[in-house]
Amino acid sequence: MSDQSLATVFLNASLINNFVLAYFLGICPFLGVSNQLATAVRMGGAVTFVMLITSLFVTGINALLAAIDAPYLALISFIAVIASAVQLVEMFVKKTSPALFRALGIFLPLITTNCAILALALFQTNRGYGFAQGIVFALGGGAGFTLALVLMAGVRERLDLADVPGVMKGTALALALAGILSVAFMGFAGLGGAEP
Amino acid sequence: MKVVDEKADAMPTDVFLKGLWRENPTLVQVLGMCPTLAVTNTARNAVAMGLATLFVLVGSNALVSAIRNWVPKQVRIASYILVIATLVTMVDYAIQAISLDLHRALGAFIALIVVNCIILGRAEAFASKNGVRRSVLDGLGMGLGFCLALMLLGMVREVLGSGSLFGVELFGPRYEDWVIMVLPSGGFFTFAAWILFFNWRKQRRAATREAR
Repeated sequence: MSDQSLATVFLNASLINNFVLAYFLGICPFLGVSNQLATAVRMGGAVTFVMLITSLFVTGINALLAAIDAPYLALISFIAVIASAVQLVEMFVKKTSPALFRALGIFLPLITTNCAILALALFQTNRGYGFAQGIVFALGGGAGFTLALVLMAGVRERLDLADVPGVMKGTALALALAGILSVAFMGFAGLGGAEP
Repeated sequence: MKVVDEKADAMPTDVFLKGLWRENPTLVQVLGMCPTLAVTNTARNAVAMGLATLFVLVGSNALVSAIRNWVPKQVRIASYILVIATLVTMVDYAIQAISLDLHRALGAFIALIVVNCIILGRAEAFASKNGVRRSVLDGLGMGLGFCLALMLLGMVREVLGSGSLFGVELFGPRYEDWVIMVLPSGGFFTFAAWILFFNWRKQRRAATREAR
């Protein structure tokens, strides 16, 4: 059991060790859905929700697997839970907001293969977070993911109007931007509490 | 088990080579970015990650293509994920047995091979429609292409960031490490530079072809 305070866990997950910019997790939606600010915010919301559900279940799964002494099943159970949670979100979004459903497109089912969520489950297990810490960790991770996505979308919306050399357009530009954002986030390391 | 190849006349070498270069999963299709950027801070990590992914990719392609006629369409993604997760668990334990240092350096990213889009992508786009032999070839090509891309990144980052290659010092003690290259932001910059280079080459090729 880890003895970090809840505030430390939150700050660590959202800023100091940001999932996207420090750990390179969830790069695909980060590059794919960061063209528009509104879509980026909603994508962040969906990911945070799936993270929360995953975190809730992971605590239970870990207890169960420890009881039946089968740690090698961890990965398979995590991915099964995540896939079901994503299915749930997909149905919910489709019912409540068809417009959003179309805007997110293929990236909605792809939340299943968003490494940020599986990584959340793995980190939570490795660091021995308890129930409350796990939930705060999921909230922090989701907030960090949303923050990175929103910042990126803000910059990219402006750059649409800029005159960029042809070779630089598209992926190369997005990657260079992500690099600069990542340098900015290195500043948060000064808040302390760096995690191996 | 006898598997009939539908398009046995299509060149097997072509199936293999397209993954390596023309449809390179990382450099051309820009898939599987997370491990590409995260574990390429040294060339050794890059090679280890590439080989682990290669194994899972070939294994999952072979298995998925072998079971493709028995899996109902509605649950195919879930079954593919299960196949992949099983293979990854095997690799995880194997690496732990071979080298604990390596396992520590790669960290959670071995387990995260499960969610590498290249693997699920090939299962869905190729292995579920082709025979076992061709799927294995496709897996080999794509896997080696992924290895190649990781090596390109890992070598540049290690040479610039730590002044060494595969752990061998290159520039002597006077070299001031360019630390940012081994940090996360260096990964983004290096990859952006490689994409830029390949775009530039493609544009120049197209320009010369037009000039002719």
